[in-house]
Amino acid sequence: MDVSFLVLVVIITALAFDFTNGFHDTANAMATSIATGALKPKIAVAISAVLNLVGAFISTEVAKTISGGIVDDAKVTPAIIFGGLIGAILWNLVTWLLGLPSSSSHALFGGLIGAVWIASGSDAVHFSTVVSKILLPAVMSPIVCGIVALLGTFLAYKITARARQRSVTEGFRHGQTISASMVSLAHGTGDAQKTMGIITLLLITSGHLSSNAGPPWWVILLAGMAIASGTYMGGWRIIRTMGKGLADIESPQGFAAETSSTAVLLASSHLGFALSTTQVVSGGILGAGLGRKLAEVRWTLAGKMALAWCFTLPVAALVGGLSGKVADSGNGGVAIIAVIAIVMVSGIYLLSRRNAVTATNVNDATSVTLEPEAVPA
Amino acid sequence: MSSKIDIHWAALFKVAGVSLAFGVGVVAVFAVGVLALSQVEAARADGREARTGYAMAGTAFLICLAAVAYGLYLIIPQFH
Repeated sequence: MDVSFLVLVVIITALAFDFTNGFHDTANAMATSIATGALKPKIAVAISAVLNLVGAFISTEVAKTISGGIVDDAKVTPAIIFGGLIGAILWNLVTWLLGLPSSSSHALFGGLIGAVWIASGSDAVHFSTVVSKILLPAVMSPIVCGIVALLGTFLAYKITARARQRSVTEGFRHGQTISASMVSLAHGTGDAQKTMGIITLLLITSGHLSSNAGPPWWVILLAGMAIASGTYMGGWRIIRTMGKGLADIESPQGFAAETSSTAVLLASSHLGFALSTTQVVSGGILGAGLGRKLAEVRWTLAGKMALAWCFTLPVAALVGGLSGKVADSGNGGVAIIAVIAIVMVSGIYLLSRRNAVTATNVNDATSVTLEPEAVPA
Repeated sequence: MSSKIDIHWAALFKVAGVSLAFGVGVVAVFAVGVLALSQVEAARADGREARTGYAMAGTAFLICLAAVAYGLYLIIPQFH
């Protein structure tokens, strides 16, 4: 009974994380298509949701370890997973409130690192792996994708300089829908799998599954549904920041940004690096912004995002560590953390209502504020 | 705390190189297709034939389609 309560709570929390993962990352694939008018907002999130669901079903290679060697997996208990998930969920929601794209995977890793660290000491955290698998790719991937998108954008404008403007805009809009769909599908195969892996490993450690079992069908279904419904909800605040805030994006730039992101993501996963989609796409959008002459790039916003990325691991680790510690004390502790988390989530939601960003007003401004915007006279 | 940090620079450069070739390549080829299509439209508006325009656009978009197919092959594990 003791284990069952915890296992149930962790499964629900994992699905909640998957949901926030979905709506936090809709922007990666669809923000530029929405901004240039290649896709209507509601249609864009619907396509992305379906492709994430499809991605969840076609990815069969479920993670063998929860952390991929970042922490000592033998020290990972259900209470630690719970703490890590809570840290990741809260970070995802706070950054969403502020309209800041940040990596959901980093939030999850941060939460796990913190929870393992507090429970088993710093020896259980493999810091060299943290550097080589998280920090270094986090610095390199946006730069690489930015350079690719910059060159791509520059060439796209150069090549089509003498073409009719209307055909160019239309042509690249069609290209955008395809490149954005590729990002969505790649996202679904990668990110839905993380939650499936967590739930499966949880069921194995609690003795509900044999040690080499794959995810049961209901885990695949629930994880797929969670990420797809999160994606369909659309993190409109983040979509506005990525589509309108970072740079003024035209359809050739959107196409260059998404194509570069697809290339970087596929090249890296094929060669064994796991990258953050958010960081890759952000780099791509900035590069595309720079690649068009005189295009405006808002460096202050880019700086804010970079700052948020620096805080992702430590803050999620702190929250994850504290939650894991309390949860470790038993069912009462788990319940306390769950209640606190629900209260905080509700508070963040209420704050977001003061200046709600939705499918209808997503393209109307370039920034996301907490105070209601002045209505133009 | 373990001391040695293992960084696979070669793999990193490979990722960067492959991304650069594919990303920039596909965007450039697509742009050629867009240009060709626009030339076809312009020619048709003038009542001229636009055979080379069609051929160029067709080739360019076929190459892009092949890139998409290769991408799908990489994404979907059932193909491996």
